Amino acid sequence: MGTTRGFFRRRSGDDERLPPGQYLERGFPVLSAGPTPHVPLDQWDFSITGSLSEERSWTWDEFLALPREDFTVDIHCVTTWTKLDTQWTGVSVDTLLDGVELEGGYLTALCDGGYTTNLPVEDVTGGKAWVVYQYDGEELEPEHGGPARLLVPHLYFWKSAKWVRRLIFTDEDEPGFWEQLGYHDRGDPWLEQRYQGD
Amino acid sequence: MTHLDGNAVAGDLAAIFTGDLSGAVATCAGCGVTGPVATVMVYEGMGEVLRCPDCDTVLLRLMRVAGETRLDMRGVSLLRWQSAA
Repeated sequence: MGTTRGFFRRRSGDDERLPPGQYLERGFPVLSAGPTPHVPLDQWDFSITGSLSEERSWTWDEFLALPREDFTVDIHCVTTWTKLDTQWTGVSVDTLLDGVELEGGYLTALCDGGYTTNLPVEDVTGGKAWVVYQYDGEELEPEHGGPARLLVPHLYFWKSAKWVRRLIFTDEDEPGFWEQLGYHDRGDPWLEQRYQGD
Repeated sequence: MTHLDGNAVAGDLAAIFTGDLSGAVATCAGCGVTGPVATVMVYEGMGEVLRCPDCDTVLLRLMRVAGETRLDMRGVSLLRWQSAA
């Protein structure tokens, strides 16, 4: 039996990959809290600053020259959609921090446009987070965070900050743009940590 | 992502301020420009984000969770509206 246009048959095993309260999304919805920034690549840089032994900064060309990883992950938005098997290319946060000693337990991702989100260091190290610049084999579109976004796929997608430019390492957990308003400081989709207190 | 204008949140603001604020005038704390609430840029998703149409400063953030309404107005230095007669 065929499927009705606009409806999709779930593949076996998909349900087990959906965190509680999520539905399967085939498209790639765009959520933004503001206008899409357009920074010329020759003016783009990325830096790690704050409570660490050595601050570092890369130009766009220097960033592209860093060891890259291609990987496929599921992503989960707090607005209840989940998209399976998304393919990305980028630089692991572990690579950015290679040889750097961290002095605090948290970080704030700072983005063009002023967006921020806070994360524990342990959620971006150990192969769990990347700064990505390709999606599905193509340059990352500006509406999806291009030229580069943070990707922390095991947490709700608002933690995967679009247009990221700096990781500021901090001693204390400092709530970001949505966390200040009541969204959860960590945001684990499998624990449904949508709001503070969840 | 395209944005809406301030009329998109007229009902939400009316519920908070118990009156129609779409004709109210807000002053941006970022650039100082003053204009009608109906002309601000509104981005919807995880909450409602109102931005200054001149400088993009976040004027106001609005969210509802667990029966509670949360309103952050740090980007509005002054909000003026006509008092009821």
